[in-house]
Amino acid sequence: MSNIRKSLVREPIIHISRRTDIPRWHGWLIRCGGVLAGLLLSGLIIFLFFKVNPISAYGSMINGVFGEKWAGKTFYDGFAYSFAWIRDTMILLLIAVGLAPAFKMRFWNIGAEGQILVGAIAAAACMIFLGARVPSGLLLVIMAVAAVAAGAVWGLLPALAKSFWKTNETLFTLMMNYIALLLMEFFVAKWEDPPGSNSISIINRVDKTGWIPPVIEGETFGTSFLVITVLVLIFTTLMYVYLKHSKQGYEIAVVGESENTARYSGISVKKVVVRSMTLSSAICGLAGFFIVAGRDHTISDTTAGGRGFTAIIVAWLAKFNPFVMILIAAFLTFMDYGAKNIATRFNVPNDFSQIITGILLFCILGCEFFINYSVKLDFGRKGGKE
Amino acid sequence: MDQLISLFTTAVTFGTVIMYGAMGEILTEKSGNLNLGVPGIMYIGGIAGLIGSFFYENGNPNAIPFVGMLIALVCAFAAAALAGLLYSFLTITLRANQNVTGLTLTIFGAGFANYFGGSLNTMAGGVGQISVALTSGVFRYSVPALKTIPVAGQLFFSYGYMVYLAIILAIVLNWVISRTSVGLNLRAVGENAATADAAGINVTRYKYLATCIGAGISGLGGLYYVMDYIKGTWANDGNIEALGWLAVALVIFATWKSVRAIWGAYLFGALYWLYNFVPSFIELLNNTFGWSIPPMTRAMQQIIQMLPYVVTIIVLLFVSFRKRKEDQPPASLGIPYFREER
Repeated sequence: MSNIRKSLVREPIIHISRRTDIPRWHGWLIRCGGVLAGLLLSGLIIFLFFKVNPISAYGSMINGVFGEKWAGKTFYDGFAYSFAWIRDTMILLLIAVGLAPAFKMRFWNIGAEGQILVGAIAAAACMIFLGARVPSGLLLVIMAVAAVAAGAVWGLLPALAKSFWKTNETLFTLMMNYIALLLMEFFVAKWEDPPGSNSISIINRVDKTGWIPPVIEGETFGTSFLVITVLVLIFTTLMYVYLKHSKQGYEIAVVGESENTARYSGISVKKVVVRSMTLSSAICGLAGFFIVAGRDHTISDTTAGGRGFTAIIVAWLAKFNPFVMILIAAFLTFMDYGAKNIATRFNVPNDFSQIITGILLFCILGCEFFINYSVKLDFGRKGGKE
Repeated sequence: MDQLISLFTTAVTFGTVIMYGAMGEILTEKSGNLNLGVPGIMYIGGIAGLIGSFFYENGNPNAIPFVGMLIALVCAFAAAALAGLLYSFLTITLRANQNVTGLTLTIFGAGFANYFGGSLNTMAGGVGQISVALTSGVFRYSVPALKTIPVAGQLFFSYGYMVYLAIILAIVLNWVISRTSVGLNLRAVGENAATADAAGINVTRYKYLATCIGAGISGLGGLYYVMDYIKGTWANDGNIEALGWLAVALVIFATWKSVRAIWGAYLFGALYWLYNFVPSFIELLNNTFGWSIPPMTRAMQQIIQMLPYVVTIIVLLFVSFRKRKEDQPPASLGIPYFREER
């Protein structure tokens, strides 16, 4: 009997089952493995393209971030090279933090890019039109509020459509990105300076009103990054508390897990969706303010520069934990800066950094599988129940 | 009149690029996979076709243009399908999130294509402009006898063969999806994978095949852009990415029906290039009616270019508002299916 059965039942060789009991450190070990695999793969590609030892290439990545001219410089000058890295990490982190409440609710806000852009437009508008009339400190507050409001409106529309008509939010927010981009080009054409250049030069270059001020007065190497860092880290902590320890955060989690459960337990799903999505897009708008006031001091069609999309990946990989986001944002920004440095050194297009980022992300995404599932290979074991 | 003809032909050539992208994505989404990597896939298709024909033309003193065309076509389809395979492997087998994987594919594809496009430009000579004139000539060939027919020749016969191929493909795709048992199974997978699985349909195989073939078709859009639209050259200007997102928009506009994507694509093309024709239109109005409409500014041009996206959002809202069954996206679009987790 058992022989007949064996010939009839074909047992799959690979058994996949979900596992939830995996120790946390084990999961991190697998993630490190994924990163390592990504680094090896990119190292192989660096070797094939440039015929250089990947390790020395990675070394020049580190130099690219922390400054090649460390030697013979004062501490501040050497350190200044890494300011840009920390500042860009913080901006990316803020966007990812903003996305967290929406994603936790399973609301796919793909529109961060657009929300950043409209926030930046609003902030720049305040800088241009109020720059001469309002003191810098007050102007910064007005700019931030304007950026938050603009971002909120950009997210409110898809949120309302989703909660009333179940309109697909992924597609709606995606479309809003391009409308924001064209709106940006509209305002760049409208406010162009100097006329005919079709771009806006640094706003308030002389008196620096509406610029986030440096910590050390009068310095020129950019300690304003510290202000951004502190503010963003405060936001990150607040978001962690909000998601983990507040009633509203709990409601978000319930809606994300099951809308029916939420409805049954008396949570107004519509209200939660609109509230959380508006919060999410408002923070993305605020990131637009930070880019204008603390980084670029102008606007262009590259103001968002793909950060909105990268932040989606950051938020997802961190499983919406704001503190894990710090690590991932820092790592991705580091790789981006480093790969750009390699590109400059070997005189190849900057797009090289996108290839490296892509490969790393593919590996990290793939390795999540081995954290969530256990795979057992099964050759010729007796099939089924005997 | 000349202006109208010119708007029509521009709309058709532009529309064909996004039509390929949208057709591939329709096939992919019918299996329930929301692949946001379309821009990246179109990039990869475009650059692979260019690389293939570049090496053929450069390594061969008496290269046959037709062979170059075939090489480009095969390279583009194969490379794009490989990108689709990568997406499928990550999302279907390794169960990674679809949106995140798709976006990563877009980042990777754009970097890959622009990197090699830039390198090819350097390889092609100091001035930095690669050109595969022979191959591109085949892509742009139109029958002279038909083309010279007044008006109609310009309107209908002045395009390269891929314009007509796109229309045929759209009709065939529509027939396969809505009239054959393979299409029925595919739709079942996209609507409710668990039910399809219970009915004995191999969900994994359908998802893999639809995504890979869909990616291949999307890649042809990149190839058409490179070979016909910009005449066998390469420019690192991010245009393909913008077109890729427009293709995703077109999928919604066509409410997941490839036949509707035909006129939808041309409409998008017309809306996209409308700003080019507004000045002469304003002039015409001013001359005939004695009005004094001010000329269009560069800022206004951006507002006009928003139209395809605005129209898409309106369609998206309208479709979800009306709730007509035939117009809905596949029910499990973007939702992964794992048999063990039902």
